[in-house]
This record gives sequence, C-alpha cells and structure tokens, in this order.
Amino acid sequence: MRIGVVTFPGSLDDTDAARAVTLAGGEAVRLWHADADLHGVAAVILPGGFSYGDYLRCGAIARFAPVMTEVIRAARGGMPVLGICNGFQILCEAHLLPGALVRNDHRRFACLDQRLRIERTATAWTHSYEIGAEITIPLKNGEGAYVADEVTLDALAAEGRVVARYLGGNPNGSRRDIAGVCDPTGRIVGLMPHPEHAVEPGFGPSTDGLAFFTSALRRTGSQ
Amino acid sequence: MPRVVVEVMPKPELLDPQGAAVAAALARLGYAGTGAVRQGKRFEIEVADATPQALAGIRRAAAELLSNPVIEDVVSVDLLPERVAP
Repeated sequence: MRIGVVTFPGSLDDTDAARAVTLAGGEAVRLWHADADLHGVAAVILPGGFSYGDYLRCGAIARFAPVMTEVIRAARGGMPVLGICNGFQILCEAHLLPGALVRNDHRRFACLDQRLRIERTATAWTHSYEIGAEITIPLKNGEGAYVADEVTLDALAAEGRVVARYLGGNPNGSRRDIAGVCDPTGRIVGLMPHPEHAVEPGFGPSTDGLAFFTSALRRTGSQ
Repeated sequence: MPRVVVEVMPKPELLDPQGAAVAAALARLGYAGTGAVRQGKRFEIEVADATPQALAGIRRAAAELLSNPVIEDVVSVDLLPERVAP
C-alpha cells in the first residue's frame, strides 16, 4: 500500500514519517508541496515541522499549498489523512478538523516522552490499538495547545472523536487534555505527539507509535 | 498606492501567552501602572484603488487567510489615510 508523505518548506519529520511507513511494511511516496498531484497514493501523512516558517499562523500558509488542494479534495472523498504536529495544525487550518492549536500555556517549547491514552480505535490510523491502550511517544511543540469552543469540545466528546488524551500531566495547556481528534468518519486524524519517532527499538522511548502506520496499512472496508 | 490596514486580535476568552510575557517584562522593567497585555497583528496591504470593492475584498481575505476565526477576531479593516507631503 502506497502512503504519501508531504514535504513543505520547513517540514522536519517527513523523512521519519516515510521511514515509519516503510518499517510498518508500506511503500512511502514522497509528495512535494508545490506539486498538485497525489501520485495515486491511498493515504497521506502531513508531517511535523515548521511549514513556511510558521509565518502568519502555524499551518496557515501550508493549507493553501498546491498539494493541499488535492489532499483536501481526496480527504473529503474518504482518503485517510494523518496530520502530526504541524500536520495537525494544517488540518485545522484547512477546516478538515475542528479547533486550532495555539501557543503552549507555559510559553516554553515542550520536548518530552509523553504518555497518552488511545480513546478511539475506530479510525483509519488507530484501529490496531486496543481501546484504552496507554502508549509513550515523543512530544515536541511550541504551539500544541488544542483549543475549541465549549460547544465543539462537548460535541467531540459526545461523538467519541477524541482519538488520544494526555496522561500524567497536560504538557501544553490543551483543552480537556486532548492530544488528537478525528473527523466524523475516523479517516482524518490530527495528533500533536509524534508516533513516527517511536517505531524502532533503540530509537525513542518505545515502539508504541508503529501501530498508527500498521493501522493504515491494514485498513478494512469500514474505516 | 493606497493601503488598507487589517488588525487581528486573539479572542478575549483565550489565554494569550505572548501578551502575558510582554506584561511580565513591562512589570520587570518598572513600568508602573501597566496591567494585562494582549498582542495582536497588524497588516498593511497595498490596493490598486481605494474602492469599496477593494475594501470588501480585503475583508474576505481577512476572514479567509489573515485570521483564524476559531482563535482570532478581525477587529478592524480600514483604509490608511494618505500621508500628506510636508
């Protein structure tokens, strides 16, 4: 299965994301921000980093990149998309996910091994996890606080669209300890921590992140 | 060319860590009587003609690109008065 990984100017984690896809058994296809073509991939990962220098707002310029026109079109047609960190910010700016990511409440860059609880497994990117699974993967962000109005937060909870929550302390001021959310179908997932940095023994705190990528490769018709 | 000024501010109900950092620095420097600070953005955009249509276009751009309505409010979109030559 071919999974695309987009590189924007300022992407940092595109190579690690592609490597994670390969380690999970998939074929990683590098996609370029200025090329409005998904080259036939079955899913897309928007990686972490600082696309376009985080100018204006994180993800605000990337959302209008030529490749994003095709990502948004395909995502609305049911193609799975995973946005990690800056990719999550881009998905929010593109209105594919609700809410926004703002500066950490404590104003410092957060870089740590973060515990999470997987709260929704009915997604294209988490169905290989057990519901309630506790995992530890790296978190590194300056603007990772998830915010949305109370009505939206209540709706996300009621519809079971919180994919993961922070455990052992909230690292950035995210509302309701939210680390990741999904669209109503579970195909579009945004996550602030970095599963692609926890896929190989000896590198990172665990290999807990690998199941995000194997989930996408073992998609079933229902997701 | 005429210029349109767009001002964008973080929503009042959201924490503004940058503004809080500036407020703390002001207090540290001894600027007595200063309180809370909120930090926003100001854009100056050149337009070919200062027409109502041009202003309406900038208003749409302010909502689509210059601000994110989840976290920010567009507080003003105004034509910048031309500088008068001395």
